[in-house]
Amino acid sequence: MSIALNKYAYDILVIGGSAGSFPVVSKILEKMPSGYRLPIVMCLHRLKDKREGFKEALEIKSALPIEEPNDKDPILTGYVYIAPANYHLLVEIDKRFSLATTELVQYSRPSIDVLFESVADIYRHRALAILLSGANRDGALGMKRIKDHDGYTVVQNPQESGMSTMPQSAIESTQIDSILSVDEIILLMQSLH
Amino acid sequence: MYNISNEFDLEIELSDLQKLTDAVLTKYGYDFGNYAMSSFKRRIIMVLKKNGLKTVDQLLQRLVHDPSFFDQFIIDITVNTTEMFRDPTFFKYLREKILPILNTRPEFNIWHAACSSGEEVISMAILLQEEGMLSRAKVYATDINHAVLKKSAEGKYPIRNLQLYQQNYQQSNPKGKFEDYYTVKDNEIIFDPALIQNVKFKHHDLAVDHHFFKFDLILCRNVLIYFNQELQNRVFELLHNSLFLGGFLALGAKESMVWCKIVDKFETVNEVEKVYKKVKL
Repeated sequence: MSIALNKYAYDILVIGGSAGSFPVVSKILEKMPSGYRLPIVMCLHRLKDKREGFKEALEIKSALPIEEPNDKDPILTGYVYIAPANYHLLVEIDKRFSLATTELVQYSRPSIDVLFESVADIYRHRALAILLSGANRDGALGMKRIKDHDGYTVVQNPQESGMSTMPQSAIESTQIDSILSVDEIILLMQSLH
Repeated sequence: MYNISNEFDLEIELSDLQKLTDAVLTKYGYDFGNYAMSSFKRRIIMVLKKNGLKTVDQLLQRLVHDPSFFDQFIIDITVNTTEMFRDPTFFKYLREKILPILNTRPEFNIWHAACSSGEEVISMAILLQEEGMLSRAKVYATDINHAVLKKSAEGKYPIRNLQLYQQNYQQSNPKGKFEDYYTVKDNEIIFDPALIQNVKFKHHDLAVDHHFFKFDLILCRNVLIYFNQELQNRVFELLHNSLFLGGFLALGAKESMVWCKIVDKFETVNEVEKVYKKVKL
């Protein structure tokens, strides 16, 4: 299948994933050109006490620089940002990141819901969100919020992913725009460049 | 359809939050107007949900008419996630690199700015004790929240966190045994009162209060993330004014001075552990 989206319709691309999504994210990043047109912001569930290694592992195959943002860093195109260990990642009205050490959400910190909901509130219809495989329900509320603000929502096909709870929960919580394989997600992201 | 709660369907406009923060400032003197709005909004939604309120205006009415509800609001709205020896490599660094510098001074002052329930205060006291410096340290611990300050001064914590604290302590390159610092009673660990007997616990709101003393080391970790840049700049001024020349400022692992106005008055001492030194008045 192919989806044609207006590539100028979005200002940010967010990706959420959990256990099982690391190889997928790695594969996606491998296929993105340097200087990608949109900031890519990712929340992947990770161990809270491992501050190092995660970013470095993703950097190996990525043409795009990868950052674990500090509080109030500006959100720039051409970068991939990943939520740091043991912090929630949010975006603020001046298009900068903020961080929080507040309670776990859906047993997670960083939580996909926290990131996606703040992105929905700030970027409204100009946000595109992709939810990958995972074993809990984090991300479902965030996807609903993106959709409620007329952003574009994509989930990884639950039949393709090893752990389908996460994409399945999102499908059940809102009218997802596209259910795609990883290869289709890559094509979609390339088409936005 | 899987039953998704509609708690976040509450549409909250920034203008509603502004009315709320204005009213709280006028009535109680606490200023939340320059908090980072995305995370502040999440806290407000949590408070609405907890109290069965539907709108920010309902919350505002409760707050201005019920001071005891306001006291609980302060407890709920402030973030009190903390642990002993949080980020153990930071404490290892303090022990090995910063305390030896303080140790050359006849006496020295330390401020835990926004100390929450006091886990960091105890951690620091253990470090000072093991380095033979505790009796020469003048320590202040402050917070916006009276309830957690009271808790800090008691030095009692739930036993469920003990294993984590023990692990963190072990990674800080300790010179003692963690179990020598506490006793266990009724599912609580009670720290040796001697560790914090000279600590001055004091109410202080970084958003509105001024500097009150001069320090050799200030720890202000994972607090500034809840403020917008305007308020961050105010707090950095306050922290700068509260430090002796050559004094150290420690921030949280993902906080940075890069975007603050007075960045040139500080030197980065350790980029990873986020330790800075005041080099200009």
